Amino acid sequence: MTIAARHGVGALELRGVRREFGSLAALAGIDLRIEEGEFIALLGPSGCGKSTALNCIAGLLPLSGGSIWLGDRRIDRLKPEERGFGMVFQSYALFPHMNVRKNVGFGLSMKGVKGAEAARRVDEGLALVRLQSQASKLPGQLSGGQQQRVAIARAVVIEPAIVLMDEPLSNLDAKLRMEMRVEIRRIHDTIGSTTIYVTHDQDEALSMADRIVVMRDGMIRQVGTPEDLYERPLHADVADFMGFRNRMPGQVRAVANGRAEVAVCGTTVQGLVREPVQAGASAVVSIRPEDLVAGASASGIPARVTAIEYRGRAFFGTALAEDGTELFFRADRTVAKDEAVVLAPLPDRTLVFAGAPA
Amino acid sequence: MSSVPLDGVAAAAGIEEALPLRIKLAARGLDGTTLLVLPAFLAIVALFVYPFLYGLWLSFQPKDGGAALSNYVRFFSDPFLYETIGTTLRIALPVTIVNLLLAVPIAMRVRLMRRQRILTTILVLPVTLGTVLVAEGLLNYLGPQGWFNRSLMWLGVIAGPVKLTNNYWGVVASLLITGFPFTFLLTLSYVTGIDPALEQAGAVHGASARSRFFRIVLPLILPGLAITFCLSFVQAFAVFPSAVLLGAPAGPTRVISIAAYQAAFEEYDYSLASAIAMIMGLVQFALVAAVLAGRRLLYRGPVAGTKG
Amino acid sequence: MIRDTGLSAKLWRIAIWAATAVFILNLFGMIAAVVTNSFATRWLGTWLPLGYTTRWYVAAWNEFQLDDVLIVTFQVVFTVVLVSGLLGVLAAYALARRDFPGKRAIMLVFLLPLLVPPITYGIPMATVLYRAGLAGTFWGVVLANLVPTIPFVVLVMIPFIEQIDPRIEAAARVFGASTFKLLVRVLLPILLPGMLAAMLLVLVRTIAMFELTFLTAGPTSQTLVVALYYAVFAAGVRAGQSIDAMAVIYMVVTLVWLVIALRFVNPTQIVARAKQEPAH
Repeated sequence: MTIAARHGVGALELRGVRREFGSLAALAGIDLRIEEGEFIALLGPSGCGKSTALNCIAGLLPLSGGSIWLGDRRIDRLKPEERGFGMVFQSYALFPHMNVRKNVGFGLSMKGVKGAEAARRVDEGLALVRLQSQASKLPGQLSGGQQQRVAIARAVVIEPAIVLMDEPLSNLDAKLRMEMRVEIRRIHDTIGSTTIYVTHDQDEALSMADRIVVMRDGMIRQVGTPEDLYERPLHADVADFMGFRNRMPGQVRAVANGRAEVAVCGTTVQGLVREPVQAGASAVVSIRPEDLVAGASASGIPARVTAIEYRGRAFFGTALAEDGTELFFRADRTVAKDEAVVLAPLPDRTLVFAGAPA
Repeated sequence: MSSVPLDGVAAAAGIEEALPLRIKLAARGLDGTTLLVLPAFLAIVALFVYPFLYGLWLSFQPKDGGAALSNYVRFFSDPFLYETIGTTLRIALPVTIVNLLLAVPIAMRVRLMRRQRILTTILVLPVTLGTVLVAEGLLNYLGPQGWFNRSLMWLGVIAGPVKLTNNYWGVVASLLITGFPFTFLLTLSYVTGIDPALEQAGAVHGASARSRFFRIVLPLILPGLAITFCLSFVQAFAVFPSAVLLGAPAGPTRVISIAAYQAAFEEYDYSLASAIAMIMGLVQFALVAAVLAGRRLLYRGPVAGTKG
Repeated sequence: MIRDTGLSAKLWRIAIWAATAVFILNLFGMIAAVVTNSFATRWLGTWLPLGYTTRWYVAAWNEFQLDDVLIVTFQVVFTVVLVSGLLGVLAAYALARRDFPGKRAIMLVFLLPLLVPPITYGIPMATVLYRAGLAGTFWGVVLANLVPTIPFVVLVMIPFIEQIDPRIEAAARVFGASTFKLLVRVLLPILLPGMLAAMLLVLVRTIAMFELTFLTAGPTSQTLVVALYYAVFAAGVRAGQSIDAMAVIYMVVTLVWLVIALRFVNPTQIVARAKQEPAH
């Protein structure tokens, strides 16, 4: 394989990037440095500004403020066609009137690469996404997964310094999504490009990216490796996004050695302090369902089971605490609906964040 | 020499200042692409909006001087002029209603057809050929020696030829031939927009064909029928060539467009002609406004069912 | 779909088909009468003419100077098609791709010429063209015909452009296309089928557009349909067969383009903006 990303262009840097739509701030001052060859995921719920950030990097949206640098070159005033990036769109955006070959070769022809050289690179691109046999078909004759591969091939044959991907898997069915994750990561590793990948699916981000940027309300909430984010979310909303489905508001009783005791749901639980809290203040206790176990210990949160389902290996269910908080828990043996249970949080997996000011 | 960096700074500051305005305009949808609308828009303003306003102004500038309203006073005091409104309505209203009453049941039936295209192609013929050709064709076909009268006499329906040209009925016939396909094709596009599952649901829940039509289909297509009625009526009200060629333009089919045409091109009184054109537009507008006001009372949401 | 099999439903169905059949029979009868008469030697008081001849076509061609009329007709029609196609597609692109203040007002301005019948706005428009010295000229007729055709192209093209993913244009940009290359390599090929359909519809409508041409044409700028009107209006001066021969020529000219147009568009589109074909 000879398709390889352009190297030596330097890191991509966003400095104070702002983007406003009318009075709405879609990006409220973003600072981010992406190293060459990195696979970065921009993760967040819809409307968090992740797609706006990607479009600003691509040049499809002008900035309202700030600057974007590639190495020591400022690029935010360049037109999209002058930046030389590759991009994969959520809707694929294949040219409907061109066959697969022409679509893949479009960027090359725009760059003036012609003849045997262009043909060779298109062939390699098609081989990379394993679509050699479909080369003369029109996009309308391909399945969703095949169209996706064409879009990826089109983005990588121009050997761009950076490949931008805007939720590329969201239009595919679940099985195909799993396959394409592996495929996209393989292509990234093969050509060694920098990849910026926008998604709202934390599984996708965790399994594919070197680093994840979690965004919310146009701001970056946390940047870190998948493990960082999964184990050590810095804020309650990041935790929420990382699968800490139980969010219990409470009041801090005591703080010592990075641990806090918090009164929640009519009892007291212990957890690791993530945001500075002091005794007497309100706090939020976050915990994943798999770390809130029914019947593991005599102490814990008393609750009544409202639903239970079997998900291989363990049971997962919902229960109502005495104060009416809905809790998601794990059980290693079956429990009945309406059964009274005690839900024990694992102290090392229980996180304490600052609560809303009372 | 020292001014060079200063200029550079000033230029950079200028860009910094200029950019937000361009972005602000772009954020409101105003950029180079938006300007593409201008050539077409200006053409329509110059050729449609301006002439209309000019005509309105001209209608208040009588040819022989006099009060601003004298054209309008003259129109409504001269029976030869004001009766054209009644004459035109007597032709246009029945024709529009008959066309609509025929179009709805036929469209309901045709939407079940698999090969609608043959029928719609046949029906688009008279619309495409236009009123002048239809008038010429009907002069012969409906004439006293024409095939229509001959067939009715052969069938024994009538004893002698019926006079169907150069009178009211000739104009009505031409408006039926060109107007029905127009009304029908519009109606068909509304009827086929209704999700068949809604009627199936009606049937499953015990509605007969009759009540399915009156309780489910009709309320859903009524807003569309109101629009169809307006468009068909406005077309019929503006009847011109067939009223001249196939009617009796001096008497029973002296429609309002003939009065306007004669004022402009026979008396060269553009002021009066404009006044008559404005009155014509006003009558059309009044009826359309009345129908659309009634339409506001109807359900106007999606008709394709609630899925997706 | 539900089929009723009761007697009243059957009678109702028969009545509907009978009404349709009567309409179509009369329509074809009318057309056939014109065609038959144009070939008739003498046709008075009988079912069919006494004999057949083609000499009326030669007579009509010479009497009405149809070669000149046809040349003018096609010059007018193709100029109108090209100008309204160009202006209409540009405007439709802007209206389909941008939201801007005043867009609704502009849409209304484009909608009105299609709703108001030509004779109503034609008289003030002809007055303005006379004052400007344009009435009676070739360009006067072209300008008059642009009034309904530009909005028609705009309204046909807007939904066509809206269904093209705007991200396709973004993709072309990202992959290095300049504005010119974007237009030639991506936008035009995608828009071409829609433009072709819209322009064919304009062509068919402009050949048959009587009122506006009638109000603005002079002796040298008459189109076929206006010449036909004057011939019918002055019936008695010429033989009826000669007029019908001209009518047949007009029909052939119109129908040839209609047949071509129907290869690309749904018949309903000639009257209204057709709904999207449901995907199967």
